Amino acid sequence: MSKQNPTDRVYSQDHEWVKDNGDDTIVVGITDYAQEMLTDIVFVELPPIGKKVTKGDSVAVVESVKSVSDVYAPVSGEVIAVNNKLEEEPALINQDAFGEGWIVKMRLTNPVELKSLLSTADYEKLIKEEKH
Amino acid sequence: MKKTPLYEKHVALNAKIIDFGGWAMPVQYTNVIDEHKATRSAAGLFDICHMGEIEVKGPQAFDLLQFVLTRNIADQEIGQVKLSAVLNYEGGIIDDLTVYKKARDSYMLVTNATTKDRDWQWIKSIRQDNGFDCNLKDISNKTGKLDLQGPRAEEILQTLTSDNLKNLRFYHFFESQVSGIPSIISRSGYTGEDGFEIYAAANVIGDIWDKLMVAGVSFGLKPVGLGARDTLRLEAGMMLNGQDMTETVTPLQVLYSWLIDWNKGFIGSAVLKAKKNSGIKKKLAGLEMTGRGIARHGYKVFAGEREIGIVTSGTFSPTLNKAIGLAFIDIAFSAPETEISIKIRDSMNPAKTVKIPFYKRPK
Repeated sequence: MSKQNPTDRVYSQDHEWVKDNGDDTIVVGITDYAQEMLTDIVFVELPPIGKKVTKGDSVAVVESVKSVSDVYAPVSGEVIAVNNKLEEEPALINQDAFGEGWIVKMRLTNPVELKSLLSTADYEKLIKEEKH
Repeated sequence: MKKTPLYEKHVALNAKIIDFGGWAMPVQYTNVIDEHKATRSAAGLFDICHMGEIEVKGPQAFDLLQFVLTRNIADQEIGQVKLSAVLNYEGGIIDDLTVYKKARDSYMLVTNATTKDRDWQWIKSIRQDNGFDCNLKDISNKTGKLDLQGPRAEEILQTLTSDNLKNLRFYHFFESQVSGIPSIISRSGYTGEDGFEIYAAANVIGDIWDKLMVAGVSFGLKPVGLGARDTLRLEAGMMLNGQDMTETVTPLQVLYSWLIDWNKGFIGSAVLKAKKNSGIKKKLAGLEMTGRGIARHGYKVFAGEREIGIVTSGTFSPTLNKAIGLAFIDIAFSAPETEISIKIRDSMNPAKTVKIPFYKRPK
């Protein structure tokens, strides 16, 4: 069963989570539901620091044994940090998608975009619909 | 999509179902790595009912097959299995299939799922055009097939059959029963492990599945989907038809030169000989990533700036813990330990050609 989706963050339709640090920077990862769908993650391709992305661009790539999936930038911004631990231990995303398995930190270029993301309750509605 | 007789069991086991060549098949039950490792360390049970079975019977069954197959079956014993290729007139591979000799004038061909109809039409037309005195019967729908693979496979199956499996050699079969159900038990498979392919009537194959699942519990048996089937076969250096080979390539270009008997005539043999003499330009080679990234089907292969071919199969190998694959590349770069690059998305990633198989089971 999926872990609880934390209420201290917002979510994208593509199953990324966004944690707002309150200083125009955010942390991005994929949800526990997403890692459960992907299963055994064996490779993560991280972006270079400084990379500028527009909402909806691919910002990282997560690969399971059988699949290759883009992680889309949930909002526009510049990559200011990446989780280098994932290069050695990609399965951290499976083990702790909301914590140790974070993927990138970004500085927002258009903070108002955060308002377009889903609340925890709305995200849970979305995955309930997907399961059916 | 077509469903195998075991479809409802996969759904009940919460398997993720995918479309494989028009068949609704389980790709994984829990996850690929667990299922892969269970097969290497204990045993895995696979639903292979989607594969095709064709019966060839009659006074000239042997003559027809000897003409259609690249392999020489003159020395094949009753109870022996042989892998062979079937070629078109240009020497291209229609299928790689196994040939079961059941009696002097009775054979069963076991074909890939996606090529069964092509095999059937092809062999039927060859029989008609040449007037071979034998009958062909497509028994795919009424035949069920399970693969039981792994180091504990023999112990598990032995609890359900009175015939001594120790007497069954690799690539041999006997007609037996599993839990009282008439079956063909063949010591063969597609994983690189010891194991069995079991054939029984489609309407009772589910009973055998259930019995094996119960018998296997204490041995660590797991149901295994097509995801791990693919990583297991690739580690063992086995090709997948439709992906690592197509009708546009000859056995000489893939890993199947050993299936050709040059001393007999067969369909495609003259063209094949001519192609051998004029030299092969491209060939299938094993590869291993030496840098980061995972080579995948369809990625381009380079030597320096020069594009030399394409990845046909690529995955992360759960046993070896690295990225491996097969690539169809210019022959000049196909010798083992040649440095190549794989284009992954926007970047060039270092790799090298390696010997096949990637994995060999401990004896």
